[in-house]
Amino acid sequence: MTDVPHLSLHVPEPAVRPGGQPDFSTVKIPKAGSVPRPPVDVAPEDVRDLAYSIIRVLNRDGEAVGPWAGLLSDEELLAGLRNMMKLRAFDARMLMAQRQGKTSFYMQHLGEEAVSCAFRKALVKGDMNFPTYRQAGLLIADDYPMVEMMNQIYSNEADPLRGRQLPIMYSSKEHGFFTISGNLATQYVQAVGWAMASAIKNDTKIAAAWIGDGSTAESDFHSALVFASTYKAPVILNIVNNQWAISTFQGIARGGSGTFAARGLGFGIPALRVDGNDYLAVYAVAKWAAERARQNLGPTLIEYVTYRVGAHSTSDDPSAYRPKTESEAWPLGDPVLRLKNHLIMRGIWSEERHVQSEAEILDEVIQAQKEAESHGTLHAGGKPSVRDIFEGVYAEMPAHIRRQRQKAGY
Amino acid sequence: MARMTMIEAVRSAMDVSMGRDDDVVVFGEDVGYFGGVFRCTQGLQAKYGKTRCFDAPINESGILGTAIGMAAYGLKPCIEIQFADYMYPAYDQITQEAARIRYRSNGDFTCPIVVRMPTGGGIFGGQTHSQSPEALFTHVCGLKVIVPSNPYDAKGLLIAAIEDPDPVMFLEPKRLYNGPFDGHHEKPVTPWSKHDLGEVPEGHYTIPIGKAEVRRPGEAVTVVAYGTMVHVALAAAEETGIDAEVIDLRSLLPLDLDTIVQSVKKTGRCVVVHEATLTSGFGGEVAALVQEHCFYHLEAPIVRVTGWDTPYPHAQEWDYFPGPARVGRALKEVMEG
Repeated sequence: MTDVPHLSLHVPEPAVRPGGQPDFSTVKIPKAGSVPRPPVDVAPEDVRDLAYSIIRVLNRDGEAVGPWAGLLSDEELLAGLRNMMKLRAFDARMLMAQRQGKTSFYMQHLGEEAVSCAFRKALVKGDMNFPTYRQAGLLIADDYPMVEMMNQIYSNEADPLRGRQLPIMYSSKEHGFFTISGNLATQYVQAVGWAMASAIKNDTKIAAAWIGDGSTAESDFHSALVFASTYKAPVILNIVNNQWAISTFQGIARGGSGTFAARGLGFGIPALRVDGNDYLAVYAVAKWAAERARQNLGPTLIEYVTYRVGAHSTSDDPSAYRPKTESEAWPLGDPVLRLKNHLIMRGIWSEERHVQSEAEILDEVIQAQKEAESHGTLHAGGKPSVRDIFEGVYAEMPAHIRRQRQKAGY
Repeated sequence: MARMTMIEAVRSAMDVSMGRDDDVVVFGEDVGYFGGVFRCTQGLQAKYGKTRCFDAPINESGILGTAIGMAAYGLKPCIEIQFADYMYPAYDQITQEAARIRYRSNGDFTCPIVVRMPTGGGIFGGQTHSQSPEALFTHVCGLKVIVPSNPYDAKGLLIAAIEDPDPVMFLEPKRLYNGPFDGHHEKPVTPWSKHDLGEVPEGHYTIPIGKAEVRRPGEAVTVVAYGTMVHVALAAAEETGIDAEVIDLRSLLPLDLDTIVQSVKKTGRCVVVHEATLTSGFGGEVAALVQEHCFYHLEAPIVRVTGWDTPYPHAQEWDYFPGPARVGRALKEVMEG
C-alpha cells in the first residue's frame, strides 16, 4: 500500500480580523491614468488585462489624468459632488431616523456614493436600472424627490408603495429604477431580459444590472452572464465590490478567481475594473460600456472596487467581524473628498463653498424630512390603509381575496 | 372550425396571439428552430422570425428572469419550460419576483407573462418527467394557475392567459396532447379528431380564466377534477354506473367556487381527484372549501383520490397513476358513506 495523503478543506479567511492591523497590501492599485482606453468595438479577447487592473482618473494630487479623463464639464462635476453630498446627508438623516424608531430598517451608502451617482449620468432618460439596495444615488442623481424616498422609508400615508415594501426598496419606472426585490441577484438576469426586449423592438434604450460582490455567487448571476453573452444584450453588468457581504469577506464569493471582473472573460464579455471611489473614473467607464451597448456591441461587465465604510444595514455591527480602523486604511480614499479636492485644484470650488454647500444640502434634506414626517412615520401618524394589503395582488381582485378583505373588516 | 390535437390548439393560440400583437414573444429550450420537444411551437420561428420565437439556454431561472425583464419593458412573453419537473430552478423567479412585482411596486411595474409547461404522468417519464406541481403555484399569491383538459379549452384559455395582465402558470397535461386519455393505458386512446372538444375555431377566441365547466351533469356525487383526471373521472362514472357530476375546474386560481358549491349542495357528496401527491395537494384546498361552504349538505366525508405520497415511479406507473378503477372505488365508497 502506498501512502495516500489525506484531504483537507480550504476555507478562505480575510487577511485581518477584529483586533488586527488592517492590511490592504494585496489590493494592487495601478497609477491613475496608466490603464489604456480601448475603442468601444474592441474584441473582448484583446482587453483581458482590464479585468485584472483598476482604471483610475484622479491621482493622489487630485489631478484628472490619462486616457479616461476629460469627459465631464465643470458644471457636471459640480453637480456630481452635490449629488454625492446629498446622498451622504440623506443617509445620515435616515440612519438617525431609524435609530429614533421612525422606521424599522435602513441601509446607507457611506464610501460608495460615487458608484451610483456617477453611473446614472452615463445613462439617458428611458434606460432602465435593475438596482440592489445600495444604489439610491441613481435616484438622487436623477432628481427623484427625496420626500418620496422618505415617504417610502417611513411607510407612511404618502408612501408610493403603500407600506408593502421594506424601507429603501424604492420603485420608479419614470426614473429608470426597477422595483427593488430584496432578494439577491434575481434582478441581474431580469436586466438582461429588459435589454433583450429593447433589442427585439429595435429600440435605442439600454439596461443596467446591479449586484454586490457577495451575490455574484448566486446562480442568477451566472444565468445573467449566459443570456447576456448568448444574445449580446445591450446591458451593463455592474458588480459593486465593497469588500464585505454583511460579515463575509469577498474571498468567499470570489474563490480562486483573481477578480470578480474576470468572471466575464469566460463568457466573452469585456470586463473592466474601475476605482469605485473615483467619480470621474466611474463615469468614464460607465459611459464606455453604455456606448458599446447603444452601438449594439453587446454587454460589458464592470467591477467597481470600493469599500463599505458603514455597516451592511442597521441590523449588523461591523466591529464584530473586521478591524474598526479598516475603512481608514482603505487605499482608494473617500469619493466625496477626492472629487472635492479635484474641484478645488481645478479652481472651481473652495473649502468655504464646500462648508456652505453642506449646510444648504442639510437644510434641503431636513425640509424634505419635515414634509415626509407630516405624512407619518412607521409607528406614528398617517399610515397606509389596511385595504392596501389586499389591493394590487392582481390587476383585478379575485373573489377569494375580496372575501378575505371583507373578513378583515375592510 | 378545424380538428386539432391539444398540441395544435396550443400552437394555434400562440400563432393567433403573435399575429395580433407584436409584443408577444415565445422562447424556451428547443422551441425555436425545432419547434419544441412536443412540437407546440413548430413553425412559429419560420413565420414570425427568430427574434420573436427562439431557443434559450438550458437555464430555467434565466428563462424566467429574462421573461420578467421583457415584461417589465412592455413585451408579453409566453415561455415554455420543457417539463413542469424542470421548473424548480425558476421557482425563485416565479414566486418572489413574477408573482410580486405588481404588488411590491404598487403597479409601477407589472409582469404579464405566461409560463407553459407540460405536466403530469402517463408517458413512462419517471420521476423527472411526470410531476404535477400545480399546488406549488396555487400556494403563491399573485399567480394564476390553469390546467386545460382538451384542445378547445387549451386554445381559448391560452389566448386569455397571454392577454392577461398578470403572470399565468399554464400546465398542459402531456398525456392529453394527442387524445382524451381516460386512464385505460391498455387501450389505444381516441384521437382528438374523433372528439367534440377537438373541434377548435381557427381564429381568435378566449375562455374566461376562473370559470369551471360541468363535463357530465349528475345527481349522485360531485367529482372535482382537472386536466387528465377529468377524462378518468368520466370513465369511472360510466363504468360504475354512478350518476356523478364531473366538474372540470380548468382554472385552479382563480377558482370557480360557485360551480363547486352549487353542485355539492345538490349531490351532498364530493370526490376530489388529481394526479399530484396527496399531502398539501390542491385537493386539500378543495376539500376544505367544500366543508366550509357545504358542511350541512354533506352526507358523506369528502374523499380525495390522488397520486401516492412518493416520488413518481417508472416501472410501476400504472399502480401510481390514479386510474378509473381507483376513482370508481372512491365513488362507491362515498355513495356508501
